[in-house]
Amino acid sequence: MSSVVCQRQSLMFRARSYMAFAFTPQPPIVDWLKDLDAALERSKGFFADRPVALDLSAVQLSPSAITHLIANLEERNIRVLGIEGSAGIEGQARLPPLLRNGRGTQSFELPKPSSAAAAPAVVNPPPPPKPQPTSLLIEEPVRSGQSVVFIEGDITVLGSVGSGAEIVAGGSIHVYGALRGRAIAGAAGNPRARIFCHRVEAELLAIDCYYKTVDDIDDSLRRRPAQIWLEGGTVKISAMN
Amino acid sequence: MAQVLVVTSGKGGVGKTTSTAALGAALARGGDKVVVVDFDVGLRNLDLVLGAERRVVFDLINVIHGVAKLPQALIRDKRLENLFLLPASQTRDKDALTDDGVANVIAELRRKFDWIICDSPAGIERGATLAMRHADAAIIVTNPEVSSVRDSDRIIGLLDSKTAKAERGERVEKHLLITRYHPGRAARGEMLSIDDVLEILSTPLLGIIPESEEVLRASNVGTPVTLNNALSAPARAYFDAARRLKGEEIPMLVPSESRGIFNKLFGRKAA
Repeated sequence: MSSVVCQRQSLMFRARSYMAFAFTPQPPIVDWLKDLDAALERSKGFFADRPVALDLSAVQLSPSAITHLIANLEERNIRVLGIEGSAGIEGQARLPPLLRNGRGTQSFELPKPSSAAAAPAVVNPPPPPKPQPTSLLIEEPVRSGQSVVFIEGDITVLGSVGSGAEIVAGGSIHVYGALRGRAIAGAAGNPRARIFCHRVEAELLAIDCYYKTVDDIDDSLRRRPAQIWLEGGTVKISAMN
Repeated sequence: MAQVLVVTSGKGGVGKTTSTAALGAALARGGDKVVVVDFDVGLRNLDLVLGAERRVVFDLINVIHGVAKLPQALIRDKRLENLFLLPASQTRDKDALTDDGVANVIAELRRKFDWIICDSPAGIERGATLAMRHADAAIIVTNPEVSSVRDSDRIIGLLDSKTAKAERGERVEKHLLITRYHPGRAARGEMLSIDDVLEILSTPLLGIIPESEEVLRASNVGTPVTLNNALSAPARAYFDAARRLKGEEIPMLVPSESRGIFNKLFGRKAA
């Protein structure tokens, strides 16, 4: 009997944000498609190789209607990579994934045919970002099924993080209650991020892109205050009292 | 002022319908005008627990679709003249519920009743979200076991985000009702303790309903447990919970094992 020595390699997961064009269809869709055609008339194929997200917050569409709309856009050489603002489409395998927390930049006009031919893809650069807060404070418990994502910095939770809840921070994570769900610190690629919690019962602990699951946590450390950090590509955990 | 309560849990089979009927009857016996509304369209049960299944003519969906007027669909309880049932439809599904329709029905019920108790279906889909949509307060029914507790945690999150009150920036008042509590099994560590449940859900406790054959016995004869045997342990726990809902301060008794044995002996002697 042979046994395969399986060196557990930590999988790498990194979050990254990109720019995409957001289309916001307005009811009635038929008229909106006509307007789109009129705009595309001037620069055909402009969106052919560009990422487009569909913001459905202005319309109420069933999954099948969304599929139909996406097919209509594909006929126009527009490929939809994600959907925004339409709750309840999660789990619909045929639809693109749901996007959240999109931030608007300025809108732009389609380039005129002449300029489009001469200088393709000159999109206005995003405006210089305003200084943003680097920490997020949550005073309530984070409940099962809720997901708190703050790529810009640290997250502090005063309550507990329930089983099945998820905290994703670009910086460190501080939980002053029990941490029962998933905590992902340093999600934007910060190996110096740490996780601190008053009571560790977590389902998953990750820093940068290295993770530990509940089975990897030593019994002697569970249900105690703990600190989790990254050292040489390994997630380390130690008690804090 | 009318209070709209939703009885919800996420998980099925934890005792939402039993609790809706028991609390509705307890409040009605106290003299308040109460309607219990079955939101479990397609899988209705509340009519059976109240023993009104043969008197259902029109239902919630008929009212929403304008087929019937609200007073035509309301069924008055045979035992308590100020307890009413608005049944769900058994032949339709949750898609037949419309946002506006539910809003109109709840608004009309608010004018007629002191308490509107909405019995939510299990799950977190359309039926459950519409049942909680207009609630002023929620009763989260939880069994002391991990899957039920986690589902309740999920529901509490939804109550804080998907209700009309939450969207107005207000808070839905939340009460935790622990049902099917078995003191012996909790003592042996086969069940979560009350403290564990409260610690995980950090929600104020409305009552602890002990596991009891009385509950099944009452539902089999189509009577809320609070009317069938008002002196039984679960009925007394429901009566206390109803009084707490009305704002009374009642000390919380955690059912203990010795008490359970005493009740069993007592029950046998009486039978």
